[in-house]
Amino acid sequence: MVALALQVKGITKRYPGVIANHEVDFDLRKGEIHVLLGENGAGKTTLMNIIYGLSMPDEGECYLDGELIQITDPNLAISRGIGMVHQHFMLVPTLTVVENIILGVESLRPRTAFLRQLSLLDLASATKRIESLSKQYGLEVDPAAYVRDLPVGAQQRVEIVKALYREADILILDEPTAVLTPQEADDLFQVMRALVQPRGDKHGKSIIFITHKLKEVLAVADRITVLRGGRVVGSTMPSATTENELAAMMVGREVVLTVPKGPARPQEPVLEVQDLKVLDDRHLVAVDGVSLEVRKGEILGVAGVQGNGQRELVESLTGLRKPVGGHVRILGQETTLASPRRITELGTAHIPEDRQKHGLVLSDPVKDNLVLNTYYRPPFAHRAVIAREQVADNAARLVREFDIRTPSIETATSNLSGGNQQKTIVAREFSRPIQLLIAAQPTRGLDVGSIEFIHGQLVKRRDDGCAVLLVSAELDEIMALADRIAVMYKGKIVSVMPAEEATREKLGLLMAGVS
Amino acid sequence: MQSTSRRGKAPGAVRASILGLTRTLSIPALAVLTALLIGALIMLLSGGNPLVGYVALFEGAFGKARSLSETAVAATPYVFAGLGIALGFRGGLFNIGVEGQLFIGSICAAGVGYAVHGLPWFIHMPLALLAGCLGGAICAGIPGFLKAKTGAHEVITTIMINYMAIYFTNWLVTGPMQDPGTIVPQTRRILATAEIPAIWGAYRVHWGTVLAIAAAALVFWLLWRTVLGFEIRTVGANPDAAKYAGIHVGRNIVITMMLSGALAGAAGAVEVLGLNHYFAPSFSIGYGFDSIAVAVLGKSHPWGVVASAFLFGALNNGANLMQLRTQSPVYIISIVQALILMLVSADQIVRRLYRLKDLPKGNLATPAVATSESALGTGKEAKS
Ligand SMILES: Nc1ncnc2c1ncn2[C@@H]1O[C@H](COP(=O)(O)OP(=O)(O)OP(=O)(O)O)[C@@H](O)[C@H]1O
Ligand SMILES: [Mg+2]
Repeated sequence: MVALALQVKGITKRYPGVIANHEVDFDLRKGEIHVLLGENGAGKTTLMNIIYGLSMPDEGECYLDGELIQITDPNLAISRGIGMVHQHFMLVPTLTVVENIILGVESLRPRTAFLRQLSLLDLASATKRIESLSKQYGLEVDPAAYVRDLPVGAQQRVEIVKALYREADILILDEPTAVLTPQEADDLFQVMRALVQPRGDKHGKSIIFITHKLKEVLAVADRITVLRGGRVVGSTMPSATTENELAAMMVGREVVLTVPKGPARPQEPVLEVQDLKVLDDRHLVAVDGVSLEVRKGEILGVAGVQGNGQRELVESLTGLRKPVGGHVRILGQETTLASPRRITELGTAHIPEDRQKHGLVLSDPVKDNLVLNTYYRPPFAHRAVIAREQVADNAARLVREFDIRTPSIETATSNLSGGNQQKTIVAREFSRPIQLLIAAQPTRGLDVGSIEFIHGQLVKRRDDGCAVLLVSAELDEIMALADRIAVMYKGKIVSVMPAEEATREKLGLLMAGVS
Repeated sequence: MQSTSRRGKAPGAVRASILGLTRTLSIPALAVLTALLIGALIMLLSGGNPLVGYVALFEGAFGKARSLSETAVAATPYVFAGLGIALGFRGGLFNIGVEGQLFIGSICAAGVGYAVHGLPWFIHMPLALLAGCLGGAICAGIPGFLKAKTGAHEVITTIMINYMAIYFTNWLVTGPMQDPGTIVPQTRRILATAEIPAIWGAYRVHWGTVLAIAAAALVFWLLWRTVLGFEIRTVGANPDAAKYAGIHVGRNIVITMMLSGALAGAAGAVEVLGLNHYFAPSFSIGYGFDSIAVAVLGKSHPWGVVASAFLFGALNNGANLMQLRTQSPVYIISIVQALILMLVSADQIVRRLYRLKDLPKGNLATPAVATSESALGTGKEAKS
């Protein structure tokens, strides 16, 4: 009889038009890493939110350490040793890293310590503790930095440190690796392994880990549970299964895990970048004299560890950030200082890195987000009036074509699961005739089935004569899709090579700045 | 179980939207109820009989034809000004300058109303109204422009412009625009051709009330049916995404402020043209500020604003009879109004009180905080 850290029985959760969880049974043993797998919208986040007290189940029970408990709010969860790192970060951008980490934690401590916490000295000791935690687990964070200045990868690390700081015994990690580089992910797995090790006579911590990356699942899981359509469809061990089997279990059909792709037939250049110089939010040079060219009919992959200027590069190419030097030409037209609208109208599509910041208006319905950059022109508008029928028809069509799981096209986009939010953006950007596609992390947070679909679409666009600039921290994705690969390091393109010449090792070294 | 729908008219979607409606309505309704209950308690403590008081309040507001007319009269400026604030909220802007814009709007309308001669009423009256809207729009456009260009927060600049506008109109009616026939600080009476006529015989209710409701329909149409409305809402909800979508955020801020100011100006103009027929600085009983409460209670939705404007109008109007019958001071009604605002803004109180679970959180229930936060970012965006 293994000790259970947590057990839920018969959890059912309904939202208008959807049953997000249907009689879910799930348990977590002490000291294990339990991977929760499932398609986008399968109900993983919903289940975790219930365990963490963020929402209440309609039916079902929850046992902590064998004791029946109603987790009514996250404070209770935290005080009972549950920590959660959310799929979409819950940090306050205008506060520093330390401030974010200690936010709300004071209530855990006895009264006197609480008062001590208020003194100025305590910020310093909090910083010290954060530094030691981050050293201990190799989670690099700068406690004094403002969260708004941090790239997504670093924000993720802050979230993890935050949970560790609260001395969580049960750690819920909702797709933490979606924004991490392979190297960072490997580091995280070491952290996780260290956390579940028993210490003395005490059990190690227990971890629920959600990911869409099947390789990771096999690498770290002690146990795997698969959800589909809100129900548990099965549990297994990594030793008893394969990537293909897991994929089939999740999606309910066979999934092709490699992208079928013929040779590229590159033609004239569509995007020409010359000596581009761009500053980041702190006015430091982020893109330092980048020159590159993307031709009609080819996919240029930009590989690199996040935070090496990729974000600023993409933002300047799409008009969101004004470069301070150099030139950008799209289809022969100067667009260096052009507005996002003009660049879109030249036939550019942009899948932004941060889907919730740039890509979507979360409070708006799905149908409006599907016309977010075309709402003002026919067929979606006539003489300044929105053509609602067309907007709705467009939405219905895209929801079907791209398999966006939503109860209706009127649903607020914030109610969609993370992967379905991403699909909404991809559907929108693929839905108009385009000559140039700039895609930053296009498959972040998508399940294998959707990745298969979107990779297929990217290749199809290329074959239809679109120029594709693919920025991804995912080496596998770059290697599977790109025809040429550029490696970005510290704001510069340090190498461009044909995909055939690229190996993981070679790219890895270049990305680390070894040349 | 996941159904996708064509045109959003599947049964699931309809059910969802009905559910959504009752959910959005439940908080304001419960807030009003709670505020009235607390008001009753205060009445009791101050020696009045709340039952008698509230019956009198109701009678005073709706009991006779005259009281109905007066309720409509009282509600009219709230509708216009509340719409102005709601429009700003939707665009991510907190236009606190409505009071000042109201003053400028009414003095512009009065000026055109008495100084322009020889026009038929169907030109003169709309012209005077338009002048009021324009005055309000310019008065609000300045902080909008400052925000778009420099990132100056509109809450600060509109408050400052409030003072300028109010003192400027004060000076006008003691100087260049003062009625020469009196020593009271007020303008001359507007010409009959500029007046907005009464609707209903001898009662004071005038066509301005109808215009106010038409304005609500117009604002609804603008926000949810037009390209401009789409842009306003997008900038308000997520300025970063608006920029991505190709919207000129800075220009949009100026337009939203001007539209908001035009509605505020209309509130002042209609008071002059339909009711007082001249401008005197004492005409506003703080419409501009109360309208913030009206917009918040109405969840920044045009029809919500109409409903809450009439509620505020009825409370103000019925308060007198209540005081007469119970000796409870009319100020109890101000307390009730303040409580409503507080309970709607801090909706967690209502949620806890009535154990409402899983209702949509915050968001538009507290637009003031949420939107001014995001608008803070907008200014910086617009600068670059
Ligand atoms: N607050 C909400 N209101 C309405 N529907 C919701 C809400 N939260 C989730 N849902 C719905 O519940 C379903 C399950 O969503 P959930 O976020 O749990 O999926 P997920 O398994 O985490 O997917 P992903 O891998 O894409 O993150 C989805 O269909 C989603 O649209
Ligand atoms: Mg999720």
